[in-house]
Amino acid sequence: MQYQSQAVAKPYFIAAIGLFVGQIIFGLIMGYQYVVGDFLFPEIPFNVARMVHTNLLIVWLLFGFMGATHYLIPEEAETELFSPKLGLITFWVFLVAGALTIVGYLMVPYATLAAMTGNDLLPTMGREFLEQPLITKVGIVIVVLTFLFNISMTVLKGRKTSISLVLLVGLWGLAIFFLFSFYNPSNLVLDKYFWWWTVHLWVEGVWELILGAMLAFVLIKVTGVDREVIEKWLYVIIAMTLITGIIGTGHHYFWIGTPEYWQWFGSVFSALEPIPFFMMTVFAFNMVNRRRREHPNKAATLWALGTGVMAFLGAGVWGFLHTLAPVNFFTHGTQVTAAHGHMAFYGAYVMVNLAMISYAMPMLRGRTANSGAAQTLEMWSFWLMTVSIVFITLFLTAAGILQVWLQRMGDTPMGFMAAQDQIMIFYWLREITGFVFLLGLVMYIWSFFCKKGEAQTAA
Amino acid sequence: MSETFTKAMARNIFYGGAVFFFLLFLGLTFDTMQQLPGRDHRENITDSVVRGKHLWETNNCIGCHTLLGEGAYFAPELGNVYARRGGPFIKAWIAAQPTGSPGRRQMPNFNLNDQQLDDLVAFFKWTGEINTAKWPPNIEG
Repeated sequence: MQYQSQAVAKPYFIAAIGLFVGQIIFGLIMGYQYVVGDFLFPEIPFNVARMVHTNLLIVWLLFGFMGATHYLIPEEAETELFSPKLGLITFWVFLVAGALTIVGYLMVPYATLAAMTGNDLLPTMGREFLEQPLITKVGIVIVVLTFLFNISMTVLKGRKTSISLVLLVGLWGLAIFFLFSFYNPSNLVLDKYFWWWTVHLWVEGVWELILGAMLAFVLIKVTGVDREVIEKWLYVIIAMTLITGIIGTGHHYFWIGTPEYWQWFGSVFSALEPIPFFMMTVFAFNMVNRRRREHPNKAATLWALGTGVMAFLGAGVWGFLHTLAPVNFFTHGTQVTAAHGHMAFYGAYVMVNLAMISYAMPMLRGRTANSGAAQTLEMWSFWLMTVSIVFITLFLTAAGILQVWLQRMGDTPMGFMAAQDQIMIFYWLREITGFVFLLGLVMYIWSFFCKKGEAQTAA
Repeated sequence: MSETFTKAMARNIFYGGAVFFFLLFLGLTFDTMQQLPGRDHRENITDSVVRGKHLWETNNCIGCHTLLGEGAYFAPELGNVYARRGGPFIKAWIAAQPTGSPGRRQMPNFNLNDQQLDDLVAFFKWTGEINTAKWPPNIEG
């Protein structure tokens, strides 16, 4: 750790991992409800479990991004944070607000929560991923703006690298596009159209800039490759991301009431969306092959390489699988979508956060890298979680293809629930694989407490 | 990448590409907004439809169901439920939940009164009339 204020990152990383555990537990509950429908009913209905699962994901990824930012910006800007105290205040406000929101989801019926939190003043709740009460949404805006002020001031007073500029553009974009979550017209088509301006322009837009900046930072550190080379790659990758991804929003505008020309725009541009992810994979492997130093943190390097490969598979390949309009006509809103969602989020955003944490956490704990034994454990957790998510994705894809075949093709299509009963075996396999994922996550956490072997203190 | 292709060139492609395609996106959005009234039949959005959408949201229906293919995949598509089941069935179904059959997926009872059930049906009916380019493929959604 080169700057004292980088320590602000530590609580963010710890909270991120803690919420990650919660996300997986609720994922397992939902997965079990898919096979035993009345599990935990009426205490935790499926919709509540799902809301907790997806909201925890979003919040812990944001904690990860914020932790990463607090860690890498001082090193990039070569100066202490503008205000470490502000960094800690935003952490606690965000954590308490997030925890209260989750407690609210679990303790009272959603309609009661909406009434209690003033949803009638400005109805924004009850839309997928944006279920948070109005006060939580306002809280998120305040937290993010405070955080952005702190980070922007730090960059302004220090060295301005391409990595920090790209990260800042990504984070400001995140804040700006979140504002569309406050727009909820009573016309469902308009509601859906602009809902995607938050959801799509986050995950297939500005978040990818954050991802790119984080990956570039880790690669510079672990490979020692010249910054000019890495930053040139970064710009090319994120250029392709936005060139394909902005109009690629059109793949959500096929069947929601929007004009038919979106089928062309959406299909063509989103068919190109795998390109930046493929470049990311080539980039990561290329940089590691051309490395100028042998960094003792092998686990961080593995996560960085894994991010490239899994983001390409999950976001790129599995996205392309169902993005062409004639295909999407049949797969839209089936388990195929769920399959893609799981591998894309894991491969891109979970893994880049874990790569960053893997690199930064030992530094924050006063060492260059963890002991060999701890790294071995961490690499086992990498393989367990990654292989599990691949199989979860394959099982959900199989379920989705069968669902399409039974429910949407042929002259005598089955009803929804009848089709679900036919594909139960794949839901069982998915749930069992989910427990392997949890085992991987437990090993990951265990690796932080591994006392065996000597930690490395000199680079 | 070769030496003739500099970081400054890559940066310019990024900023230029982002601005160009965002402007194109805004242009397409503008055109879409002109066309939507003929496709979403907004003249039919009554107070009842508005209340129905509000009930849809405040009971987090999207947490289990899809609506025009978006949402959760745990329960049936409801964008075309009015055509599939009709108003009286929808009302009776919602009021009869949960079924309580062991091991089956359960829908909570949301304690809606008759007026609220009518509002939800009105919302489903209006949603079913949106021009969705012939999606879903068949009546099962």
